[in-house]
Amino acid sequence: MPSVAANSPAPLTISVAAGKGGTGKTLVSTSLAIELAYEYPDKVALLDGDVEEPNADLLMPTVFEDSQPVHILVPEVDAEACIHCGKCAEACQASAIAKIRDVVVTFHELCTGCGACAYVCPVDAIAEVPRKVGRIDRGIAAGSVEFTQGRSEIAQQHTGSVTSALKAHIKSGKVSIVDAPPGTSCPMQETIEDSDYCILVTEPTPFGLNDLKAAVETCRTLSVPHGVVINRDGIGDRAVEDYCKTEGISVLLKIPHERRIAEAYSRGETLVLAFPEWRGPLGQVFDAIVEEVAQ
Amino acid sequence: MKMAIASTGESLDSQVDPRFGRCHWLILADTDDMSFEALKNRAAAAGHGAGVEAAQMVANMGCRGVVASTFGPNAAHALAQGGLAMYRFSGGTVREAIEAVKAGTLEQLNGANAAAHSGDRE
Amino acid sequence: MTGYKQMTVVSGKGGTGKTSVLASFAALADGKVIADTDVDAANLHIMLHPTVLTTEEFWGAKIAVRDPEKCKQCGECERACRFDAITVDDINEYACEGCGLCTLVCPEKALVLEPALTGDLYVSETKYGPMAHARLVPGAESSGRLVTMVRQAAETIAIRDGLDTVIIDGPPGIGCTVTAAIADIDLALVVTEPTPSGIHDMARVLKTADYFGVSCAVIVNKADINEALSDETERVAAEHGARAIGRLPYDSVVTEAVSAMTPVVEFAPDSGVSKAITRCWSDLEQMLKSL
Repeated sequence: MPSVAANSPAPLTISVAAGKGGTGKTLVSTSLAIELAYEYPDKVALLDGDVEEPNADLLMPTVFEDSQPVHILVPEVDAEACIHCGKCAEACQASAIAKIRDVVVTFHELCTGCGACAYVCPVDAIAEVPRKVGRIDRGIAAGSVEFTQGRSEIAQQHTGSVTSALKAHIKSGKVSIVDAPPGTSCPMQETIEDSDYCILVTEPTPFGLNDLKAAVETCRTLSVPHGVVINRDGIGDRAVEDYCKTEGISVLLKIPHERRIAEAYSRGETLVLAFPEWRGPLGQVFDAIVEEVAQ
Repeated sequence: MKMAIASTGESLDSQVDPRFGRCHWLILADTDDMSFEALKNRAAAAGHGAGVEAAQMVANMGCRGVVASTFGPNAAHALAQGGLAMYRFSGGTVREAIEAVKAGTLEQLNGANAAAHSGDRE
Repeated sequence: MTGYKQMTVVSGKGGTGKTSVLASFAALADGKVIADTDVDAANLHIMLHPTVLTTEEFWGAKIAVRDPEKCKQCGECERACRFDAITVDDINEYACEGCGLCTLVCPEKALVLEPALTGDLYVSETKYGPMAHARLVPGAESSGRLVTMVRQAAETIAIRDGLDTVIIDGPPGIGCTVTAAIADIDLALVVTEPTPSGIHDMARVLKTADYFGVSCAVIVNKADINEALSDETERVAAEHGARAIGRLPYDSVVTEAVSAMTPVVEFAPDSGVSKAITRCWSDLEQMLKSL
C-alpha cells in the first residue's frame, strides 16, 4: 500500500472538477472522502469549494458545528471631509464608488474590497468597514469526514474572498478532497491550482467531451496532474475514452448509468452510502492517484 | 437644458432604448435647440457597473435629466443622489421623447422602478 | 419599446438539462435570436451547428502587468495587494482582480493595468435562426463582461431584424456571470431536477433573480425519478414567487438526441418528453407576450 505510515494516507490535496456541471463531481468527491475516512478515520477532510451553490452536504449526513463570516472591506465616505475631487471614482475599476456631480456614492455589492479608493483619497475621507460576503461552515460528514463548506451571500458579485477563506482550511497532514465549482474559469482554477492532483468527472456525451477538453487544458496550464472519472457510462459513446487514450490521460473509474444511483442521489445519498460495493473501487482510485503523483 | 436619452441607434429617429444602464446609445440633446450628439454607451460593457458608469458619464457631460423606460437600482440611486431627473418614456423615437420632456407630459421617477430591491445602495 | 422580449434559461446547478431544453426551444420558436452566455462551458453550438459569420476578439478583464526595467523590487505591491496576486517576482493572473491598487502604490510606476485577451465573440447563423455565442480562453476571467457582449450582439440582431424574442442560455451558479445573463430580462426560466441539490440550487438562483427584480418560471426536468421531490420543487418555486410551467419526464431519448446532436423535438417528435417540451414552450410564449 503506497501510504506514508501504517494507518495514514498520503496527505494529498485532491481537487475534483468538471468542465461541465452536473456530471457527478460532487457524487465522486463525497464518495471518495467517505471511503477514505472508513480506511483512515480522522485523517480525511472534504472541502466544498462551489461557494455559489454548495451542495455536498446534501449527499451525506452532515452535522455542522461552527460558522464564521467572511468579510471584505468596503468604503464609507465622510461626506463632510470629502472634497469631491473624484480620484476615488477614477481609481475604482469595479464601479463601486462613483462621483455624480458633487456627490460621492458607493455601491457595496459591486465592491471587491481592494482598498484602492481609500488609498488615493487625498483627505482621508474614506473609511473601510467590513461587509459580510459569505461564510465558512464546518462540521462532520458521514461520521468521520472533516467537512468545510464555503457559501457566498446572495447577489455578492465577487466571491473570490470566500474561496480564499475556504482554502485556508486545507490542512497539511490530512488528505483533503476539494470539490470545485463547475466550469474552467477563475472560480474553478482558484480551487484546483494548488492541489496535487485533479480528478475530472465527465459523462460520455458530446457535451461531456467538449467541456472535458477545456478542463484538461486548464489543468495543463496550471500544471496540475489529472485523471478522469467517467460517470453515467453507457448513455453515450466512446469518444471520451478514446480522447483520454489519445491524450495519455488515465481513466480512473467508470460509473455506469444506473437508475438506482440517480434515485439514491435524489434521496440525498451519495454513491458509497447507498451502495457500499463502490467503496473498494474508490479506494483503488486513491491508490492510483498516489502512485501517479509519486512519479 | 441638456438631457440624455437612452437610444437603440444614433439618430433622433431611433427608437428609445427601454433600459438606461445598458442601452446601446446615449443621445445627449439640448432641448432648447435640438442639437445633439450620439455616444456609443461604453458603460454597457461594464457588466454590473453599467448603471453606475452610465450615470457618471451623463452627469459628467452636464446632463440635468435622463429619459428611458426603466432604470436599474444602481443607476437610479446614482442619478437621484446627483440630482438628475429621471423620466419614463416608452414606445417611440428619441425625437418624440424630447418633445414629450419639453411638453412636460412625462412621468418623473423618484427612485428605482426597474427592480423590486430598492432602498439603501450602501 | 424595442419590441423584443428576453428570456434567460438558468439552472443553479449544472446538468439539469437546461441546454437540451433550450435547444428544443430554438427549434420550436419563430422570430428569435439565440445567445449562448454559458461561455465557460458553451455547449449549445453542439446542438445548433452554427456557421460563424463574424468573429471578434474580446479583450475584457484587466490584469496588472509589470515593466521589469522600472521595477526596483521594493515589494510595495506585494504588501498592498489583498488578493495575494503579486510578488516582486511574479504576477498570478488568475488571482489578480484587476483592481489597480498595485499600480497606484508602486513608487516607480512600473505597473499598469492592461486588458487581457478573454475570448472570442461569434455572430453566427443556424438553421433555427441567428445566434451569438463566445468561447472563453481557458484560464481567462469569466466576469460578466463577455456575457454582456454576447447579449449585446444578440440584441443588436433582434433590433436589426425586428425579432420578437431573445432566448439566452445562462451560466450555472449565482455569481457575476449569471447576474449579467439575467440583467434587464423579461423572464428567468429555471430548469431543475427533483433532487435535494436541484432544489437547493434553484432556491439560490430564484433568490438572486428576485434580488434583481426579475420574474421567474420553473420547469422540473426528469420529474418522474422522484415525484415527491418534484412536488417539493414546485412548492419551493411558488414560495419564491416563481411560476411552475411544467414537468418533463426522464427519457433516454434525450441523451440519444444529444449524441445525435439534434434537438430532441426534432429527433423524436412523438416522444412524451418532446410533447411536454412543446407544451412548455407554448405556455412560455404566452407568458412572454404578457410580460
